[in-house]
Amino acid sequence: MNYPDLIDDFKQKKRGALARVITLVDNEEDEGIEFLKENYEKRKDSFRIGITGPPGVGKSSLVNHLLERFAKKYENVGVIAIDPSSPFTGGALLGDRLRMQKSYEFENVFIRSIASRGSLGGLSTSTENISQVMESFGMDVILIETVGVGQSELDIMEITDIVIVVLVPESGDSIQAMKAGLMEIGDIFVVNKSDRDGADRAVEFIKSSLSFKKNIKNNETPVIKTSASNEDNIDSLFLAIEDRMKFLNDSDELKMKREQRREREVKDILRDLFIKSIDKLIKNMENVNASPYEKAKKILEKTGFNFTEDLWKKR
Amino acid sequence: MEKKIRVLVAKPGLDGHDRGAKVIAASLTDAGMEVIYTGLHQTPEKIVRTAIEEDVDVIGLSVLSGAHMSIFPKVMELLKKEKKTDILLTGGGIIPAEDMEELQKLGVGRLFGPGTQSKDVAEYIIEWHKNRK
Ligand SMILES: Nc1nc2c(ncn2[C@@H]2O[C@H](COP(=O)(O)OP(=O)(O)OP(=O)(O)O)[C@@H](O)[C@H]2O)c(=O)[nH]1
Ligand SMILES: [Mg+2]
Repeated sequence: MNYPDLIDDFKQKKRGALARVITLVDNEEDEGIEFLKENYEKRKDSFRIGITGPPGVGKSSLVNHLLERFAKKYENVGVIAIDPSSPFTGGALLGDRLRMQKSYEFENVFIRSIASRGSLGGLSTSTENISQVMESFGMDVILIETVGVGQSELDIMEITDIVIVVLVPESGDSIQAMKAGLMEIGDIFVVNKSDRDGADRAVEFIKSSLSFKKNIKNNETPVIKTSASNEDNIDSLFLAIEDRMKFLNDSDELKMKREQRREREVKDILRDLFIKSIDKLIKNMENVNASPYEKAKKILEKTGFNFTEDLWKKR
Repeated sequence: MEKKIRVLVAKPGLDGHDRGAKVIAASLTDAGMEVIYTGLHQTPEKIVRTAIEEDVDVIGLSVLSGAHMSIFPKVMELLKKEKKTDILLTGGGIIPAEDMEELQKLGVGRLFGPGTQSKDVAEYIIEWHKNRK
């Protein structure tokens, strides 16, 4: 199918067209980039909700229940489920959808599984781009599931409006170690698998380790225990999300968050383009032994970029 | 960026064994593909909807229940209805040779019988993908 026809179908809200545009964007094909450029201003921000946490804690199972509730309340719901690619084979086993069987009951839900791939810009760039495509399609809400290990949890915070951190009763013991990562990014915490022992203890533990976190408007960060298997307490979680959405909407927070996101996107693109375009210059430096600062200065001069001496001295 | 082959591996029908499907899913992953695994009890409608949303190149179905003569044609029919016949429909199971032939006449790709090496499936898909363009 040629690009103009594809765009026609996209405008008619055909899910096949949405899927294909996502592929173009995910593969960083020219038409994908063109789509992003053309549609950026026209699109309306969706509410983006990140769901993260260690492997196997029940993130997809929770998304399964949440998407039902969102689908009943909102017109269009998108899900992006991200799994890691193997650094060795480049392949990826995308299994989140297996737990999201309720989606088939709703015509207004669209799920896309995405492999993290080895992309230079990292997870955030591709997921950001796919979110933008979904926003152009008219999604009201986008749920983004990603495994919280290492860097990805910071990425998820940057591209979403709300982050839900999912843990399990057994996580209690390792929370201390997680403080730097997961514990800092959550707007809502969930202790899933509360059908098992130790959920209450884990909730207390999380609450006490969150006390360091200064919360806007002194709102306490919700810590909710759920059982996705028994569909237990999912409504409380949904309420907490909606509360948070309302709070963000009513305050300046959301506006600020999104402004920051827009600035960061420009920086990311500049960084990417810059690095790509100077690669050759770096390799062809005359004096190989010159200091990195000296080399950087030479390259900046060559690109004609107007940097101030002040900025230089600060480095 | 290098384009990845995307494959949907599903297990339609009522029987409860998905070991074979899982093995295939894992081996296609090892061969560098992105594999969407949707598990047991998938109806043709669900399979085709997933294939469209995930924009896969290939659908691989594991059919052990003997229902291959209803499932493969039904999926094929839905793919035609959705104008998605560029997707390769392949799979495996206990399928007699004459049934395989009949299914291939409908546009189904190669089908693999019991005892197939999973790397053969990967090779077949990679070969198909190369020749597609
Ligand atoms: N006992 C119990 N098991 C659960 C619960 N929620 C999920 N599980 C099980 O935990 C396993 C993992 O569930 P998923 O929803 O796939 O977890 P996930 O966090 O999405 O996993 P990854 O995406 O692989 O990191 C499955 O076998 C689920 O059936 C729960 O509330 N209680
Ligand atoms: Mg998952």
